[in-house]
Amino acid sequence: MTDLDTFRTETRTWLEANCPPEMRQPIRSEKDVCWGGRSYVPTCPEQKQWLDAMASRGWTVPDWPSAYGGGGLSPAETKILREEMKAIGARSPLNSFGISMLGPALLKYGTEEQKLEHLPRIARGEIRWCQGYSEPNAGSDLAGLATAAEDGGDHYIVTGQKVWTSYADQADWIFCLVRTSKESKQGGISFVLFDMASEGVSTKPILLISGYSPFCETFFDRVKVPKANRVHDENKGWDVAKYLLGHEREMISGMGLGEGGRDTLVSGALAAIGTDDAGRLADPLLRADMARFQVRARAFAAMSERFIDELKAGRAHPAQPSMMKYYGTELNKERHELQMAGGGSAALEWESEASRTGAAPRAWLRTKANSIEGGTSEIQLNIIAKRILDLPS
Amino acid sequence: MAPSSPQKTLAYAGVTRRVKGIPPMPLYLTEDQTALQDTIRDFVAEQAPVAHLRALRDADDPTGFSRDLWRQFADMGFTGILIGEDHGGLGLGHVEAGLVLEEIGRNLSPSPFLTTAVAAVAALRNTPHADRWFPGIVAGETVAAIAIDEAAKHRDAVALKAERAGNGFRLSGTKRFVAHAHVADLLIVAARTAGGASDRDGVTLFAVPRDAAGLEIRPERLADASLAAHLNFDDVAVDADAVIGEVDAGRTSLDRLLRAGRTGVAAELLGVGGGSMAMTMSYLKERKQFGVPIGSFQALQHRAAHLYSEMEVARAAVLKAQQLLDADSDAADEAVSVAKAMAAMATTLSVNEGVQMHGGIGMTDEYDIGFYMKRARTLAELWGDANYHADRLAVAAGY
Repeated sequence: MTDLDTFRTETRTWLEANCPPEMRQPIRSEKDVCWGGRSYVPTCPEQKQWLDAMASRGWTVPDWPSAYGGGGLSPAETKILREEMKAIGARSPLNSFGISMLGPALLKYGTEEQKLEHLPRIARGEIRWCQGYSEPNAGSDLAGLATAAEDGGDHYIVTGQKVWTSYADQADWIFCLVRTSKESKQGGISFVLFDMASEGVSTKPILLISGYSPFCETFFDRVKVPKANRVHDENKGWDVAKYLLGHEREMISGMGLGEGGRDTLVSGALAAIGTDDAGRLADPLLRADMARFQVRARAFAAMSERFIDELKAGRAHPAQPSMMKYYGTELNKERHELQMAGGGSAALEWESEASRTGAAPRAWLRTKANSIEGGTSEIQLNIIAKRILDLPS
Repeated sequence: MAPSSPQKTLAYAGVTRRVKGIPPMPLYLTEDQTALQDTIRDFVAEQAPVAHLRALRDADDPTGFSRDLWRQFADMGFTGILIGEDHGGLGLGHVEAGLVLEEIGRNLSPSPFLTTAVAAVAALRNTPHADRWFPGIVAGETVAAIAIDEAAKHRDAVALKAERAGNGFRLSGTKRFVAHAHVADLLIVAARTAGGASDRDGVTLFAVPRDAAGLEIRPERLADASLAAHLNFDDVAVDADAVIGEVDAGRTSLDRLLRAGRTGVAAELLGVGGGSMAMTMSYLKERKQFGVPIGSFQALQHRAAHLYSEMEVARAAVLKAQQLLDADSDAADEAVSVAKAMAAMATTLSVNEGVQMHGGIGMTDEYDIGFYMKRARTLAELWGDANYHADRLAVAAGY
């Protein structure tokens, strides 16, 4: 029996004992997702119990060093933990931009003080983070951002506006790109962290086509930000921003794989359309579209596994997250298009109880942002063409 | 891990080689495999580049491949790559066999490797036929052909009849799309020994010599310049020991052959698609119009980047299928269909974009890109096209 076999056995036993049955049910709506934070209210006691149990082992961030609240697991052990959680249908104990985006950037660029201050609180789900990147005039051209950080001695005075800030109205802290110099476009950006409760910060939710408001406009009016909260050098924030975007793309690309997504697609279509005498979906053209989609979705699941393995081993091309983000989001949009076609008019209901207040159509509309946020599909294709295929400018 | 529960351990994806007690394989090539890949890549590019195919075609070569090259494959150990060391082979797996096939694909090298060293070996392994045929395969002397298809599209149905007669069987019916049949030492034939053509049970696999009386073999040149034969069995007598595996239960052996064969085709497709993509990317950087390289145009960059993405995803699907096959996993069967379908779709895109982006020169026989397009079409069709495999997955998923 190898060490990894032992680890697997122990992990399985521990999960069996510590993952409450309620946390092994598929996630049915946004409120089943645990985001943590100061104002976190658990949906049920088991959700909090599961978060605390996992956090106590550092397993909300299994591959972070244990000094910063992580589990200190090797890539192989992390993979085993993921497999064992999947095997029992365990939910992710904590969803967090702190884990998927800020954490990796801090691990690479943060000072020891910054790591010790922020990472353990991210790991325990105590602080919920949001991302201050896009601005009204800086979308795909992100480096054109204008939010100004004026030098105030030991602090900056931040004034400006961000947009599409996910869950800004529920976040405790923000990681934010600000302009510290107008001399250079990319070379005049700094990466700062501050408390959303600071004086001068206000947020305004944006009503989207889905009827939900996951994004906000975020306004800064002379917000004081200590210079100690700047990550990496002044005017070097673009390096941090790009590194973090790579992780954001990884996270978004994973959404094409929503657990149980395939089953929902198939079961929804079967329920609405039924089968012919041979047991095949009674809409042969839709069936063919679904089957071809399924090939690509399952191939992409293998690609995700390969990508994570290569990433952990330091073998992935640095621009490969762009490919993952492009393919995963386009696939996710296709899945929801098929799901809508498979559901027919039943999938159009927006408010009924049977539709769980329009879960399907709202999710379908939400996916349209997948290929816009975190860099549009077209931006990802530009990056692949230039950085991986080395095509000329 | 308790050895008593291997099935449960294999029930979810990502866990491979658990049965053999080896930790989960990461989904990339190991150092050994990468070193082997380098050796294979250099060897095939040196010995059998596209010019080799062109020369055979221009000479209207009646064999369809070079026997010298086949013996060189043997000298390198390739022909015995899937054959156990007890029979003089290398005892490696489908990942390694796929490395050979990918280079065959990249160079469009005509070779009986897929039918002989992969598909036939998978069917004959652990049967009495292994002792008879494996030494010749290892030595690069034996060539095998696989006779399954009866219609113009690959289907599960098997109609060719094998009726008991004395101590053996008599075979009657037809087969088609049988690569290398006209020069093969051994034909592996799927036949019906019980039930109706579309029944899963009642199939038996036979090892039939090429010179069997009553067997007519008519090779046809295909679009990609390869040779594949129509076979007519007119009361062909074979001994009982020609049976591979169990009578009426040959579907098990046939499925094993097809899993290995389809995974092999998928790997070869990766080579074809990858080779065509590499040519196309070079062309985009070299070819100038309007005073600039055409690869600087965003319209082409986006298509190139999309193609790259499809090929990467296909590569992952193929490696996944190879690893699961090597681990003897129950999940391998569906993974093989995913791999074959995905590799066919991505490579079809690659060769089509290849010809289009080359423009007029891509339409000329003198330029190689058209050879890639033709080979891709043949491989896409072999042992089930993308639609066949997508349909299989749909049925398995309950719709």
